[in-house]
Formats: sequence, structure tokens, C-alpha cells
Amino acid sequence: MSEKKTNRRDFLFTATYAVGAVGIGATVWPMIDQMNPDASVKALASTEVDVSTVNPGKTITVLWRGKPVFIRRRTQDEITEARSVKLEELKHPEKDEDRAKDPEWLVMLGVCTHLGCVPLDQKGDYNGWFCPCHGSHYDISGRIRKGPAPTNMEIPKYEFVNANTIKIG
Amino acid sequence: MKNFLRILYLLTLLFGFQHNSIAAEKVEYLKTDWSFKGLFGKFDRSALQRGYQVYTEVCSSCHSMKYLSYRNLAEKGGPEFSEAQAKAIASSFEVKDGPNEDGDMFTRPGKLSDKFVMPYENVKAAQAANGGAYPPDMSVLVKARGGGVDYIFSLLQGYEDPPANIILDDGVYYNKYMYGKKIKMANQLSDGLVEYTDGTNATVEQMSKDVTTFLMWAAEPHLESRHRMGFKAIVYLIILTTLVYFSMKRIWSRVETEV
Amino acid sequence: MSDHEYIPQSKVGKWFNDRLPLLTLANHLTDYPTPKNLNYWWTFGGILTFCLITQIVTGLVLAMHYIAHADMAFDSVEHIMRDVNYGWLIRYIHANGASMFFLAVYIHIFRSLFYGSYKSPREIIWIIGIIIYLLMMAAAFMGYVLPWGQMSFWGATVITNLFSAIPLVGEGIVTWLWGGYSVDNPTLTRFFTLHYLIPFLILGLVVLHIWALHVPGNNNPVGIDVKKPSKDTVPFHPYIVIKDGFALLMFMIVFAFFVFYTPNILGHADNYIEADPLVTPAHIVPEWYLLPFYAILRSVPDKLLGVIAMLSAIFILAALPWLDTSKIRSAVFRPLYKQFYWILVADVLILGYVGAMPAEGLYLLIARVATAYYFLHFLVILPVLGYKEKSLPLPLSITEPVLGGSANLAAAKNKESLDN
Repeated sequence: MSEKKTNRRDFLFTATYAVGAVGIGATVWPMIDQMNPDASVKALASTEVDVSTVNPGKTITVLWRGKPVFIRRRTQDEITEARSVKLEELKHPEKDEDRAKDPEWLVMLGVCTHLGCVPLDQKGDYNGWFCPCHGSHYDISGRIRKGPAPTNMEIPKYEFVNANTIKIG
Repeated sequence: MKNFLRILYLLTLLFGFQHNSIAAEKVEYLKTDWSFKGLFGKFDRSALQRGYQVYTEVCSSCHSMKYLSYRNLAEKGGPEFSEAQAKAIASSFEVKDGPNEDGDMFTRPGKLSDKFVMPYENVKAAQAANGGAYPPDMSVLVKARGGGVDYIFSLLQGYEDPPANIILDDGVYYNKYMYGKKIKMANQLSDGLVEYTDGTNATVEQMSKDVTTFLMWAAEPHLESRHRMGFKAIVYLIILTTLVYFSMKRIWSRVETEV
Repeated sequence: MSDHEYIPQSKVGKWFNDRLPLLTLANHLTDYPTPKNLNYWWTFGGILTFCLITQIVTGLVLAMHYIAHADMAFDSVEHIMRDVNYGWLIRYIHANGASMFFLAVYIHIFRSLFYGSYKSPREIIWIIGIIIYLLMMAAAFMGYVLPWGQMSFWGATVITNLFSAIPLVGEGIVTWLWGGYSVDNPTLTRFFTLHYLIPFLILGLVVLHIWALHVPGNNNPVGIDVKKPSKDTVPFHPYIVIKDGFALLMFMIVFAFFVFYTPNILGHADNYIEADPLVTPAHIVPEWYLLPFYAILRSVPDKLLGVIAMLSAIFILAALPWLDTSKIRSAVFRPLYKQFYWILVADVLILGYVGAMPAEGLYLLIARVATAYYFLHFLVILPVLGYKEKSLPLPLSITEPVLGGSANLAAAKNKESLDN
């Protein structure tokens, strides 16, 4: 068989395989992508919360993406306490200023970072939250102080769209 | 090959002239050009927006559209209102939500993620308010009628005085295109009934066409994607088929098939 | 089965193959000697395998989003069509895939009828095929109920009601099938379970079907036995693989046309109306692929006899290898049988047509004549033809050169019919 004939045959077969592979990929993708969040789930990806009735010293819990979010309007004392904690004392060092841009408002995912239980409000040794599942104590900035949880309670993306409304996510 | 063609011919004879299964009288529907028909069909955005206006102002007081969400109005392939416009539309409706902290249900302005507000609580309420007839939900109405868009387009314009031999009960009207000719919905459209925001002259025919176009999109929001993908898929398949055909010829050239 | 043992090239391959001979199996399938004169009617087995896999994959994926509850089924299907990523595509592939599956199976069956593939020694392949066909119809019927539209509900009501025709136990069986006093939620949930199960039963039977085929090997258009391997055969890979691939791609073009451009044309508009037990649709019709049986069912005025006629129409196929008494396989050499074959094809198409029409007047008359003829074909014409028909002389082999000799001359003249 001449060199030229072999090359032409190889090209034909190679081209066929390549084009075929593209088709298989294009067919497989929708089967995989259909498991990704669908349009109705993505539409609920952010939630707006009316906080006009939340007075200082009160915590409300809202559902966002299927999980609880604690929104606490902190008192002056609580803010001072949160801001004066030394970073060296923390298992997961984070400044309160970085967690609550507006010091009055603490917005965080009410999910214990140990194994996912919902911590109880105004309980525990640090004037914050206490998780009854395995005894994690969080302070008034939601930071882990004692117990098995490895990190502080997560701060989601949020913003004040107006004085009374927080948009989470 | 000859036999294959014979079968194809037989099948075409038998089934090629079938359309809808309305057995008895074959009604000729009113014809118009639908921009979304054909291999490269697309929706006319302004028609969809006008159609939405007709739906909201004329139809939605009786007909729900429960599978649509306000966010669909801003999504690609549809009326493509801006997100701000769609948000404004949503918030113009009161949506039931709750229960609140006291255990009560309450209403609040609509959000993009909400489904279209329904005019009646449930089917029975809708029937009670409409002389026992249920105004069908319009989400997939175009696909739920054999005549499709042509049927709905015609029906909206098909009201006329009944012939002498037909007596109508109270609340029943004569429509040329309705299956059985009698319909419990009165004529809804009249010239100038809606003041289109884009200034188009709102004749009955114009409104019928716009709202039917809107209903087509409501039933098939992914129609444009489907057509686009279909074109790519078939072109791709033709290319691959050609390559495989020549590969096949090349491989089989090694074999003697002649008697 | 091959005589020589296959030794895998790699050490790992050999280690594995000694414990589970999958590589030997793969080698057998690759080398499997196939008659080289197979025409395109033989590509539908491969096409059917593709259809089964397509339905299983798209079905699996749909089942991740579908909710089998009477209050939510219709809603969940609309959710799939509107919100699930590519949901509309997967749903349309699955719905149209069912139609394509049946299109392919009918061509596959009619190929067998024409070329005598059901005859000895392939009777078991044929019977397994009939069982697969029955399971396909059951799966398709139950699948159509799942969207819970008007046709879903009323089709289910009509067909399950047929069982009440059975004397004594009929009513009890219907209640048992329904799980209640009418088609309702219990019926839907069990149909979903069974619809999910059956394709895997079919898959198992397909394995048996192909295994049984590999014992005698494929039939071929001339219908004479072929020595394997020989110059009359080619290895399955690459010759048949590429030819099946080509045919499959042509099939996929037709499939794509339905999915992307006319996805609802084979369905019924009434199934976009939510099921309502208080309102019966004007015309209850099954999907097109069940129409011939529907026509047979309705052509008999008695309920029980109608059911028996419909079931007999399917079961009679299982008896075909024994009803057809002819020693000649292929219709190529059976000129009389060939005529009756095409009349049968027309008869089945006519049955399909009248199945979609109201069962009254001229339609009913035609349905009755066509039904009677269907049974006449299998019960009278085929057995008689075997004895009476004078077949054309068979060639000595499928690639015998035309070198003179009266037998071969006739075969050469028949070469034209080989192209049909």
C-alpha cells in the first residue's frame, strides 16, 4: 500500500473518530448538567429579609437555600465584647469587624461547623450560641471558642438593599 | 431500496393527509404567518410583550397560567423584558405567603421567583364564577388543542351570530371554530380594547395574533433553543454520517460481494 | 462458538480473563462470522439496542425529577420541561424515543417475516423476541400513563378495564391492578415502579436473544445456511460495526427531526390536559404503535372475545415457526408468499389507520375485514402455502459465481431480487 493511500485512509478514520467523539461529548453533557440546580432552584438562590421589627438584642432565624440564617441585632455591650476579643484566643482567628461590617448586625449561617446541627441562641459560656449535639460554644460574633467545631459559623454574602431589608445570597 | 420506497409511499398515502383528529366537520382555520414556525422559527419579541399585555389585561381575570414564573418574562427566548421590568411586573401582583410567626397567611408583593398569580383559588371556585365552565389554565393550552395556534387565533375571532336553527342557552355563545360550535366564553376582544404600550394599533386580529404568539411561548419557552440545537444536531449528524459512509466503503472495499 | 482459545495479550488481561472470561467474550463478538450479504434490513437489531440504551439513560435521568403522585405528576413534567437544565430535550428524546423504538421493532419483525428468520433453527430467538415485544408494549403503555394527562388516565382506564372481561375473577383482578376502585394514585405509583423495572428485564432478554442468535449465526437475504467462518462471512468488527453505525446515524437523523422540530406530532393533544376523572375525551386513542391491536380489540363486539382476539393476534406470532410449513426461508425464492407478505403489511397499516378512527360505520367494517384477514394469513394461508407453493431454485451458496448450470442461472436471474 502506498504511503499516500495509507495517509488518506488514516485521515478518514481519524476524522471519523474525532467527529464521533465530539458528538458523544455533546450528548453526555445534558445528562450530567440536568443534575445541576435547575432554574427554579437558582431563582431562590437569594432571599430578601425584612428586618424592620428586629430590635437590638433580638435574633431572628430565616431560611436561605434550605439552611437557617441567624440575623442578630446586637446591643452596644455585645458589640464592644465582640470587638475586644484577642485573636490569639481564637481557634479560628477572625476579626469581628470582618464578620459584621455594620457592627450592629450579625448575619451568619446557623449551622455548626462540626457536623451541621443548628446551635441554640443565647446559650453557652460565651454569651453567644451553644450547639447541643457535641458541645461547641460560639461567642457573640459567632466564633468558635470551645468544643469540637473547627471554624467559626459561616458568613454568607449579604447586603442591605435599604434600611429595612437584607438581601442574602 | 425499492421496497423501502414502496413502504414509504404507502405510509404517506395513509397518514400524509391526516391532521387533527376532529373527525366530523373539517374546519378551515384562519391563516396567518407565525414567526416561530419552520426550521429557523423565532419569536417576535414585541409580539410577545404585546401578547403578555393582552393576557394580563383581558384573559388573566379568568384564566390562570400556573406554570409560568415572573422571572420567565426576563429570560432568553421569551418576551425578554428587562430584569427591572419583570421585577416591577411581579411586584404589581399580590402573592400569598406564610404562615408568619403568628401562624397566619399573609399577602406580599410578588417576586421574580413567584409563579403567576391565579385568578381563582382552585378549579371549583373558577367554575362557580363562570357558570359551571372552567376557564382552562393557559400554560400549555396551545399544545392541548389539536388545532394549535391556528385554532386559538381563529377562535378568538370566530364569534358570530348563530344560524337560525341553533338555539343557545343562557351563557352559551356561538363560535365558528369551537369544537361543537358552542362555547361558554363570551367574545372578549374588540378593537382598541387594549392600549398597547408600543403604540401598535390594537385591532381584534392584532390582539389575537399577539396573545396567541404569547401563548405559544408560554407552552414552549425553549422553542428557540430547540430549533437552534436541532439545526446544529442535524448538520453534525449529516457530517458524521458522510464520514462514516466513506469509512464503510473503504473498509468494505476489501471484501468481494459480487456473485 | 470459536474452536480456538483466545489468549489476551497483556498479563493483567490474562489474569482477569482466567477468572472472568470477558475478554474471550469480547473477542468472540468481535470475530463473530457474519454473512457478508446482509442488507440494511439487518441493521435494525443494532438500532434497537441503541434505542433501549437511549430510553434507559433518558428515563433514569427523568426519574430524578419526576414525581409519581397523582397530584404532582403533571406539574413535575412541566417542571422538567421548563426548569430542569435540558429537561425539555431529555423529555422529548424519551417520548419520541419510544416511537422510534417501535418503528425499529416493526421493521425488525417484518424483516424476519420476509426472510424467514423465525424458522428452524431460530425459533427460540423469535419467541424471545415476541416476549421482548410484549414487554415493550407493557412498558410503553405504563410510561404513557405517567404524565397523568387525559389520555394517560383514560387510556389506563380503558385498558385495565379489559381485564374485567375474564369470567369469575375479572372484577377482582381489575381492582387488584388498580389498587382501588378506579385508576388513581395507587395505580400511578405502581405503574412507575413497573415502568422502571421492565426495561431491565428487556435488557436481560436481549442478551439471551443475541446469545441464541450466535448459536446458529445470522440468517441472510438468500435464506440458505452459510459456513462460518468462510469466504461467505466477514468478522463482525469492523465490517458490521461500521455498517450498523452508518444505519444508526441515518436513523438518528430521523429521530433528531422529530425531537427538535415536531416533538409532539406523534402524541395526542389531550395529554396536555390534566387528568380529570369526570370528563372523558371525545376519542380515546393509544399511541400509534398500539393502534393495530386497538383496532382488532374494537372490531369484535363482545368484550371478552375482543380481548382474546387482541391477545391472540400477538400470541399467534409465537406459533409462526410451526404455522409456516414452507421449507424455504427467504421470500426471495417464494414468489407467492412474497405477494401475501405485502398484503399482510398493507393489512397491518390499514388496521393501524382504522385504530385511530372512531369504531363505527365504514371504519368498523374495514377493521373487521382486516382483522379477519390477519388471522386468515397466519392460520390458513401460511400453512397451505408451505405445501402448495412452488419455490424458485435456491443458489448453492451466497457468493457462488455465475458459471453456467441451470440451477445457478436461475440464481443469477434472482440476483436482482437480492437488491430489493
